[in-house]
Amino acid sequence: MNAPAYNFAYLDEQTKRMIRRAILKAIAIPGYQVPFASREMPMPYGWGTGGVQVTAAILGPQDVLKVIDQGSDDTTNAISIRKFFAKTAGVATTTATEDATVIQTRHRIPETALHENQVLVYQVPIPEPLRFLEPRETETRRMHALAEYGLMHVKLYEDIARFGHIATAYAYPVKVNARYVMDPSPTPKFDNPKMDNCPALQLFGAGREKRIYAIPPYTQVVSLDFEDHPFEPYRFNAPCALCAAENSYLDEIVTDDKGGCMFVCSDTDFCEGRQAAGHHGSLSAAPYKEKAQEKSNG
Amino acid sequence: MTTIAELPPGFVDKVLSAQSTFRSVMDAMARPGSVQRIVPMAGTPDTMMRGTAAIALTLFDHDTPLWLDARMSESSDVVKWLKFHTGAPVIQDSSIASFALISDGASLPALERFALGTSEYPDRSTTVIIQVESLDRGRSFELRGPGIDGVATLQATIQPADLFERLRMNETLFPRGIDLVLVADDAVVAIPRTTRVVSKGS
Repeated sequence: MNAPAYNFAYLDEQTKRMIRRAILKAIAIPGYQVPFASREMPMPYGWGTGGVQVTAAILGPQDVLKVIDQGSDDTTNAISIRKFFAKTAGVATTTATEDATVIQTRHRIPETALHENQVLVYQVPIPEPLRFLEPRETETRRMHALAEYGLMHVKLYEDIARFGHIATAYAYPVKVNARYVMDPSPTPKFDNPKMDNCPALQLFGAGREKRIYAIPPYTQVVSLDFEDHPFEPYRFNAPCALCAAENSYLDEIVTDDKGGCMFVCSDTDFCEGRQAAGHHGSLSAAPYKEKAQEKSNG
Repeated sequence: MTTIAELPPGFVDKVLSAQSTFRSVMDAMARPGSVQRIVPMAGTPDTMMRGTAAIALTLFDHDTPLWLDARMSESSDVVKWLKFHTGAPVIQDSSIASFALISDGASLPALERFALGTSEYPDRSTTVIIQVESLDRGRSFELRGPGIDGVATLQATIQPADLFERLRMNETLFPRGIDLVLVADDAVVAIPRTTRVVSKGS
């Protein structure tokens, strides 16, 4: 049902124009954070108000929307946002990565390679990669203006001095188009290589911090590192317990109170797709599903 | 005197037409050199092309100071239409304009006269919208940069003829700079400040 009390996709047209202009400048200056007049949304900060505003500004009736939260299509955050747009914009929704034209994501990039007709919208909590190193906005803005990123390298170096390796595991800083250092949002660093030379347009929205930034398609995105400590994507050394994938990002699921755990793909669509194609892991859920079906039939 | 009833109309469906137009412009900006089509149609006053009118209705409002070239600003049709449908203030000082509309490319002022942004806020720059003769035939240009998979080729007939030579100032200014939107009827091509253009001759 389309709620007639709201404009298409919830936001009013003046707000959409303002966000659209910010998006165009963000695309023109890859990795630069464009300030925008973020609106209050009918959900709390931290639930993706920035991503929702970007999605609302680009979404049209012909779009097919997918929303993921930590890779999963079926968590509260993902379902609420998907329903929000199904209700306010009447758009078709999907969980299949390749069928979606707009994918809003919290903290993951889908495993399935993206294509040219897709836009990936990230929800960003803290857009400023230098914020924990320098709290003053006036200073971080000047550091970006001068491309003065020595502090970030010092931070990574201190990781090495303390832990022997770069211990940053998520929100791993990247340099976009050899100019701006950018926060990829709290995605695991496993996902960083997927941002590089990606055929899809990537848009980032931070609602509380009022920033929009972008990576155009086919743009160089380099994870910061050192010659003797090159960037390495991290992954648990195990196959997925459900689909046996060896190359996907895994979640560790605690299964009992005796230290038992299992590793499963964080990308539910990818994992279900592999299981449907006949891949089974050591703890495959298939027998359980059959049992449940027998019960309901009987 | 033109009354409002005599003005060419805006979009039939404001919301969905603006969305569709924006997606064409966004795709153009994200994939420099690619020719995008603007589907929704609005009335076009005087010297304004269909694509330009749609972009104006989609992106302009009271927050966007607007600079018009001589041919546009001399047409009271254009000025009244923009004022009625968008409310964007038309200004004389091009250095503080959010958008500039150019219908006569040959008299394009020096690009330095538009807002180039600052090092801290490079987004505070003018988006220059130029109406050109054709975006599918004419001289060939080779484009490289973010948004382009290797090299893109644009065939276009553009005034001023040295537009892309002038645009080379974007190389040294970056991240400051000028973003261009070229319009020919319903076709639109964007050249953001990151795009490097090499003429391949005819």
